[in-house]
Amino acid sequence: MTGETIVVGGGLVGLAVAYGLAREGQSVRLLDQGDVAWRAARGNFGLVWVQGKGYGMPAYARWTLGSAAAWPRLAQDLLAETGIDVHLHQPGGFLLCLEEAELAEESRRLHWLRDALGGDYRFEELAPAELRRRLPGVGPDVVGACYCPADGHVNPLLLLRALTMAAQRRGVVLQTGCDVQRIERQGEGYQLTGARQIWLGDRVVLAAGLGNKALATQVGLNVEVTPNRGQILVTERLAPFLSHPTNYVRQTAEGSVQLGDSHEAAGLNDSVSASVVASLAQRAVMCFPRLAGVQLVRAWGALRVLSPDGFPIYQQSRECPGVFAVTCHSGVTLAAAHAFELAPWIIGAARPEVLGAFSDQRFQQVSGEASHGH
Amino acid sequence: MVTEALFRSIDQTEPQVTIEFNGQPLDVPAHMTLAAALLAAGVRQTRNTPVSGAPRTAYCMMGVCFDCLVLIDGVSRQACQVRVKPGLRVHTHSPVHIEGDTDA
Repeated sequence: MTGETIVVGGGLVGLAVAYGLAREGQSVRLLDQGDVAWRAARGNFGLVWVQGKGYGMPAYARWTLGSAAAWPRLAQDLLAETGIDVHLHQPGGFLLCLEEAELAEESRRLHWLRDALGGDYRFEELAPAELRRRLPGVGPDVVGACYCPADGHVNPLLLLRALTMAAQRRGVVLQTGCDVQRIERQGEGYQLTGARQIWLGDRVVLAAGLGNKALATQVGLNVEVTPNRGQILVTERLAPFLSHPTNYVRQTAEGSVQLGDSHEAAGLNDSVSASVVASLAQRAVMCFPRLAGVQLVRAWGALRVLSPDGFPIYQQSRECPGVFAVTCHSGVTLAAAHAFELAPWIIGAARPEVLGAFSDQRFQQVSGEASHGH
Repeated sequence: MVTEALFRSIDQTEPQVTIEFNGQPLDVPAHMTLAAALLAAGVRQTRNTPVSGAPRTAYCMMGVCFDCLVLIDGVSRQACQVRVKPGLRVHTHSPVHIEGDTDA
């Protein structure tokens, strides 16, 4: 017995779990693949988003709402432990719609969620006039919006840095350049094998994003994740004009404006394309016409980690007890839940009831209605 | 603000052209990027940051940092990516200009 828990994956998911484990007094080694990895943690949009998530699976809505509610505590703890303010703002978010059919569909989903959660799900549907009063500067092409008071945003790069520093301060040993390829039983624990190294641990948490599939299958877990590309544009810094995050556009605390929310099945390719960049820019200008003359600073792509139904997978291996797969594509929104709820379960606390829905076993059955939920 | 230049051209015979900077004529070296020419002419500040209002001017000189933003004909441009030409009308880049749209 080494007394050590090994977390494979140094993105937001692995770091939040490692940080949570360290808070519980665990000895943790975190193995990060390095810059060859598909680093969603370095390319995401930074939303702490609730609205619409969990359509088709109420447990995911509850899990997400819980994490959003716990986020202020995470941000405060990170500030206290590292001095880094991750710029968490949760003023509620607007889902802007450019077509009536889109608005009707979003509305239908939110009503479904409210019913599924027994009425405990707050949102508003806003007609154009009310939207313009609440969110000045919205363009005439926006036909309406849905608003959810639980939505917010954060600076994802500062979050990555704060989690890294906080985890290390709590004793997490962070090792980079670790290309973990094999996992097998070794006595009471497990041995991980990389290109030129081995590591031994009592427990293993697989949080390797798109790399989880190949690792999980070695311990009998079904983690069929596929990449989904999102492209993001960022503008020059502007005087603050947008007080709330939206689905397509958000303004950071430093004044930069991020434009995003493209979805493409592009395989393992995180580059940008002119057509998508152009459509993102065009849509953002429709939402906020003032952006028309603004200079873009950079564009990039990043790969979402999607399970077959779009929802997370949290599962302990049945063949190899003590090995857990943790997979989701909302590493920002769920960071608080991962640190405060998931980590205690991994070290033996009773499984929060809501986690039962996220078993890999659900893919053995006929899958439900697929959903993307940021 | 134009003061004594922090930079001096190696070629002292370099021809000059006149541009317009914040409404005033300004003689600058002819064969430079606008960012380099403004530095050579002694301009110490070319914008204020939009959130805190902190003063800034050219930094990386190669199109990456966006600290050299100026307004040319009302459009936000990187001065290090623009060539000097006679009569170029350049304005300090400040939040007021960007906010000056009409739908707020």
